[in-house]
Amino acid sequence: MKQREPISTGSEWTFELIQKYDQEIARVAEHYGLDTYPNQIEVITSEQMMDAYSSVGMPLNYNHWSFGKQFVSTEQQYKRGQMGLAYEIVINSNPCISYLMEENTMTMQALVIAHACYGHNSFFKGNYLFKTWTDASAIIDYLLFAKNYIAKCEERHGVDAVEQMLDSCHALMNYGVNRYLRPQPITPEEEKNRLLEREEYVQRHLNQLWNTIPRKDEVVQDKTPHFPKDPEENLLYFIEKNAPLLEPWQREIVRIVRKISQYYYPQRQTQVMNEGWACFWHYTILNHLHDEGLVTDGFIMEFLHSHTSVIYQPPFDSPYFNGINPYALGFGMMQDIRRICENPTDEDRQWFPDIAGSDWNETLQHAMRNYKDESFILQYLSPHMMRELKLFTITDNTALSTMQVSAIHDEQGYQQVREDLAASYNIGNREPNIQIYNVDIRGDRSLTLRHYIHNEQPLAADTDEVLKHLHRLWGFDIHLESVTPEGEVQHKLHCPVKMNVDAVA
Amino acid sequence: MSYIIDRRLNAKKKSTVNRQRFLRRYKKHIKRAVEDAVNTRSIRDIDRGGEVSIPNKDISEPAFHHGDGGIRQRVFPGNQEFVAGDEIKRPEGGGGGGSGQGQASNQGEGEDEFTFQINQEEFLDFMFEDLELPNMIKKQLRDATSFEVRRAGFTSVGSPDKLNVVRSLRAANARRIALSGKERRRIRELKTEIKTLEGLLPNQEAVLQIAALNEEIKTLNLRIKRMPFIDEFDLKYNNLIRTPVPSSKAVMFCVMDVSGSMTQTIKDTAKRFFILLYLFLTRSYKKIEVVFVRHHTHAKEVDEDEFFYSRETGGTIVSSALNLSADIIQERYPPGDWNIYVAQASDGDNWDGDSHLCREVLEQRILPLVQYFAYVEITTGSHQNLWLEYEQIREKFGETFAMQTIVEASDIYPVFRKLFEKKE
Repeated sequence: MKQREPISTGSEWTFELIQKYDQEIARVAEHYGLDTYPNQIEVITSEQMMDAYSSVGMPLNYNHWSFGKQFVSTEQQYKRGQMGLAYEIVINSNPCISYLMEENTMTMQALVIAHACYGHNSFFKGNYLFKTWTDASAIIDYLLFAKNYIAKCEERHGVDAVEQMLDSCHALMNYGVNRYLRPQPITPEEEKNRLLEREEYVQRHLNQLWNTIPRKDEVVQDKTPHFPKDPEENLLYFIEKNAPLLEPWQREIVRIVRKISQYYYPQRQTQVMNEGWACFWHYTILNHLHDEGLVTDGFIMEFLHSHTSVIYQPPFDSPYFNGINPYALGFGMMQDIRRICENPTDEDRQWFPDIAGSDWNETLQHAMRNYKDESFILQYLSPHMMRELKLFTITDNTALSTMQVSAIHDEQGYQQVREDLAASYNIGNREPNIQIYNVDIRGDRSLTLRHYIHNEQPLAADTDEVLKHLHRLWGFDIHLESVTPEGEVQHKLHCPVKMNVDAVA
Repeated sequence: MSYIIDRRLNAKKKSTVNRQRFLRRYKKHIKRAVEDAVNTRSIRDIDRGGEVSIPNKDISEPAFHHGDGGIRQRVFPGNQEFVAGDEIKRPEGGGGGGSGQGQASNQGEGEDEFTFQINQEEFLDFMFEDLELPNMIKKQLRDATSFEVRRAGFTSVGSPDKLNVVRSLRAANARRIALSGKERRRIRELKTEIKTLEGLLPNQEAVLQIAALNEEIKTLNLRIKRMPFIDEFDLKYNNLIRTPVPSSKAVMFCVMDVSGSMTQTIKDTAKRFFILLYLFLTRSYKKIEVVFVRHHTHAKEVDEDEFFYSRETGGTIVSSALNLSADIIQERYPPGDWNIYVAQASDGDNWDGDSHLCREVLEQRILPLVQYFAYVEITTGSHQNLWLEYEQIREKFGETFAMQTIVEASDIYPVFRKLFEKKE
């Protein structure tokens, strides 16, 4: 490779330098076949970074106290020096917006450009979950629509009423997603046009549902129709469409929270892959530039210093241990896949006959496009990687007095550890499985939810707080039944709390 | 092609609304914190903003999640000695470093309280909320010092409107003289040479030499001329600085009864009253001293801590404190140099024979010297003889003397309304 003059030698950045680095990084990214949205790189101050933090990384969002709380706590920690700010925030939009902090050195800016503008960006564009569930070109406009709509509601109905509504919706936010059904793409234009139409339609539809006056001869106790026919996993969707007492504007707020939650759903499922992919590419691209002589040794040393601290995995008994570091796992696995493709061992050939010796870039691109964390780990976590991280599984059964080491990084344990790790990234396991089971439409209109118990794990103590929010949205009694896999109701919660034997038992 | 945008000059305070919403929601907690601060802090640094803690359980946003218990499989990194089948004791405190699901506060290092800062403005807002201060006055209390723009010499950087022409030209002239020194010296030398050569005329050689020297002088002059008439380096600007407007000094006397009948609640109310007076004074005066005089049967000058928090029992002789204050004024605060304010707080108790004396001391030794004397009686009972005596004073010295009964904190303000009315 022919050696060239370094792009810069100092640590100060300028807009010209950022542009030059971006051009070179773009060239290398293209060389490796990364497909990205156009980039919009914005240089901001640390204060603005804190603002961005507290509105969940969004350039604009509606107003809510919880974002204020987030801001206050970020500001506090930052000022006390307990935490540094992230070097970058990147938004899944088209064009892909990335924020660079003014305080970063030139090396850090280049790192962030490679990481966010080409790594994350290509992930957003390529991964199947993002492709199916989010619409990058519409999100910013939709957020603007949401912000304006909610501001208008505040004007009309008072800040408190809107805040209550948002509180309740936020409590159920993670249950506002369709896990299996692809949602309609959100286009703000259409959204606005259809707003009135939808309000009217829903209201009419509701009236039909609730106004059904049963004819006497039809009322037979055991023939009460089940509504919904099948259990509904998207609680917010169900409320938006069926809650009897909500005003049209309240339904719209439910819808807004639901849509935004849906937008984040892929991110929650691809953290390891997304970060691993971005780290892999900043590492590969910047090393490529170094090989070409475009960056200095000093640059690469500074880069490696930040890189290694980002991908460090403290062991479980370290005071710094805070779960598995998604950067470490993701980057490690991506590098490992490349190794398997380029220099497979016999073990790799046995475990990964399909990819051992194949073209590494193609294999990685394929993995990036078609997997989420859970399936990615299940498919690609190699024995080599498990040994490297020294992974082991602990089974913690509260019924027993001790915990068991059920598998470690050895021949007998590889499969087990891999499955357990993959399962821990399954949102279905992490969050309680709660669905809407029945509405007593002929009676007291009470809403019954079912919690399908997984691994005997009970619900947390603040569940009744969530039920209060649900009660506010629904307007009538709420029952929550915890059901064992055998179909037996094990535990019941009610809101408002029932003062009878049932609750005591 | 990427677009690179400089957003640094965009609005910074995007989160202000959210922050306000947050403060509004937790008003109760913040008010409690502010009250604590008022009660524990020194009067002098009362208006500095403060720290507020809210228990995490009051502030958390609920969501469905799993509680402790059940069967969990967790994968950890960094195995050293374990093999499959090992049994381990469950670490204290449940989860023992969950796989990222547990809240951080379960891990021992998290804080149980959500703590954050509020700034001075917010602090005063919360503090004055009970006192029913009108907004205008709150605002005046906040911006304590005013500034004046003054000239302070010259600088070499500035905006064009501050350009000082005379100075700039003078500097240019000096530069030209300084930089052309070599050339001018050479010209002088050449000229003397020409003079000597002129003595040799009409020698043909000399004529030629003179012509050559003249030529050289000409080029030197040209070189001098080429020197810029005015350079960026020469520009001088008027330097303007903001200086605080000097205002005269003030001293504030806090006089309080600490006899047995004064409970801590009464003292706390008194403290608010003193704070308010202090804040009012900081608005008008740049330098303020505070003198604390407490008394039962004897008066004593003490520091702030002792003033508010030590208790003594015994009878009450108010005149002792007034006499001591008068002595201190005489000794240390000549009325010509100092604006003197006295604030007295009491529950109205006094030894019967003393009240008359109080009036005399006030009328003769104190009121003629002070700007303002404010007396607050913090009581729910009926007035006693001290009040009656003071009422007579009020008739005579309406301009400088104010008195008021305070039952609760919200009554403090009326005293101040008078104070402000008089000034404005």
